[in-house]
Amino acid sequence: MSVTASYLAYLVSSVCCIMALRGLSGPNTANNGLRFGIAGMALAILTTLALHEVQSYGLIILGIAVGGGIGAVIAKKIEMTALPQLVAAFHSLVGLAAVLIAGAAFSNPEAYNIGTPGDIHPGSLIEMSLGVAIGAVTFTGSIIAFGKLQGIIPGAPVVFPGQHPLNATLGAVLLGLIVLLCSTGSPFLFWAIVVLALALGILMIIPIGGADMPVIVSMLNSYSGWAAAGIGFTLHNNLLIIVGALVGSSGAILSYIMCKGMNRSFFNVILGGFGGEAAGGAAAAAASDRPVKIGSAEDAAFILKNASSVIIVPGYGMAVAQAQHALREMCDLLKEEGVKVRYAIHPVAGRMPGHMNVLLAEASVPYDEVQELEEINRDFAQTDVAFVIGANDITNPAAKKDPSSPIYGMPILDVESAGTTLFVKRSLGSGYAGIDNELFFYDNTMMLLGDAKAMCEGIIKALEQ
Amino acid sequence: MASQKIVDQAAQIATDADKLSHQAAEMAVQVSQYMASGGGAGGVPFFVVGLTVFVLACFVGYYVVWRVTPALHSPLMAVTNAISSVIIVGALIAAGTVEMGTSKIMGFFAVVLASVNIFGGFIVTHRMLQMFSKKKK
Repeated sequence: MSVTASYLAYLVSSVCCIMALRGLSGPNTANNGLRFGIAGMALAILTTLALHEVQSYGLIILGIAVGGGIGAVIAKKIEMTALPQLVAAFHSLVGLAAVLIAGAAFSNPEAYNIGTPGDIHPGSLIEMSLGVAIGAVTFTGSIIAFGKLQGIIPGAPVVFPGQHPLNATLGAVLLGLIVLLCSTGSPFLFWAIVVLALALGILMIIPIGGADMPVIVSMLNSYSGWAAAGIGFTLHNNLLIIVGALVGSSGAILSYIMCKGMNRSFFNVILGGFGGEAAGGAAAAAASDRPVKIGSAEDAAFILKNASSVIIVPGYGMAVAQAQHALREMCDLLKEEGVKVRYAIHPVAGRMPGHMNVLLAEASVPYDEVQELEEINRDFAQTDVAFVIGANDITNPAAKKDPSSPIYGMPILDVESAGTTLFVKRSLGSGYAGIDNELFFYDNTMMLLGDAKAMCEGIIKALEQ
Repeated sequence: MASQKIVDQAAQIATDADKLSHQAAEMAVQVSQYMASGGGAGGVPFFVVGLTVFVLACFVGYYVVWRVTPALHSPLMAVTNAISSVIIVGALIAAGTVEMGTSKIMGFFAVVLASVNIFGGFIVTHRMLQMFSKKKK
């Protein structure tokens, strides 16, 4: 294939990738968008295979078959609850692939027309080292994020004295090495950059607590895009640059939305340390001697049945308990009783952007019953019952009333303005952010203590009687 | 006399040819450098062309992604994850060289990793979108 033809094919492929994201503006066009994405990817791969640089196909076919097989099996088997871990793991693969490609380009630059071994053009060296550094940070950072989400590594932030100066120093050394590499082109420096960036990826993510994982997953999404763009600059390939920029900006926007959902600045999240255990213990102790109204599944069923409108507020606890199917069944029964049921989704509910929406969709909750914070928040005042299941911090009135609270200023769902608040929770303990929730002690709040799934099933049983 | 003239002319031609071949060699070097710099428009280095594309693509990404409905943010992440594996293009070039070496092996592993992502990312996106569309009916 001629160079011109391949450039044009890559252009078509880039447009397809843009259309893939464009399709996600609504559920009706999303499947079409996905088709564009797949077509764009297939075109990119076929075009590259037709280039005269690619002459042996054996390993390529083997690689695609093995990788594609593994990917397909994982993607088909994965539980939707584990989606955040899966995405984090996939990000780490993009990062590692970027490192390997930059390594391949470094050891055999002739294949990419960027010079000869030991004499690579300085411009290409800069691009290559940036690509490899971002790729390496994405790789280890995503592995740590995966570990925290999967529960292999404790979710609590790991902080030690001198952490930030250490990270800053490592970052500065990294930049210094990149400059040195450009003037010398030494392989030792290249691999030193890789090792340093790998270490930096780990150190950057360990201080960040589990509650901030939605931001981190989005941020690593963004990094994987920037790494792809860096590789695109190295290989002089506009397709990689375009797609890398798309993915990079997408991840950045999602990180921004998540930060806004928690009223935290991006740097505040990155510096980490939020969501420690210390604050939680003290608050829980103070809470223990205040009166709390505790109800049973039968009480809840009675209240729900007699309501005319109910808003469900799901959180990550619902996902952990796999309660979404029982919840939907409960809502179906309520709808039969003539109750108007809607769902309110907070931007940071769950462990990744849009996680709750997927879980509810999995349980066949109709798309139009699920509403975002801005759409539904005013309706709580005209609602009889707010049913909070597995959520906590996103309903905490302290965010509005207590300027000393760590979550002060965070947008919350105004469940306290509903007639009655039913709060399904395992215990009266604090939420992920380690903050006590005033709402438990309100007169119109009834706590339903227990496992979210068991509670929903109990309510279903009571409703059926 | 005539033969002397012919000899002179031949010598002249020889030096001219020598100069020409030097010029040709120089041009070849220039062309190869130009090609190596990516063959950007009008001798502009590739970096500048690439940067232009990059910045414009960031803007496209910005406007397209803001239009994505929040309900579909998880599929968005999965699909961006799949398409960022378009770096497989770089891996294919390394894995497709004739001679076996470090570069080819690294290229092979990069092909495997990127393929996991491409197939995994698209399939998991498809699964999610199925959930969103099945009860539209």
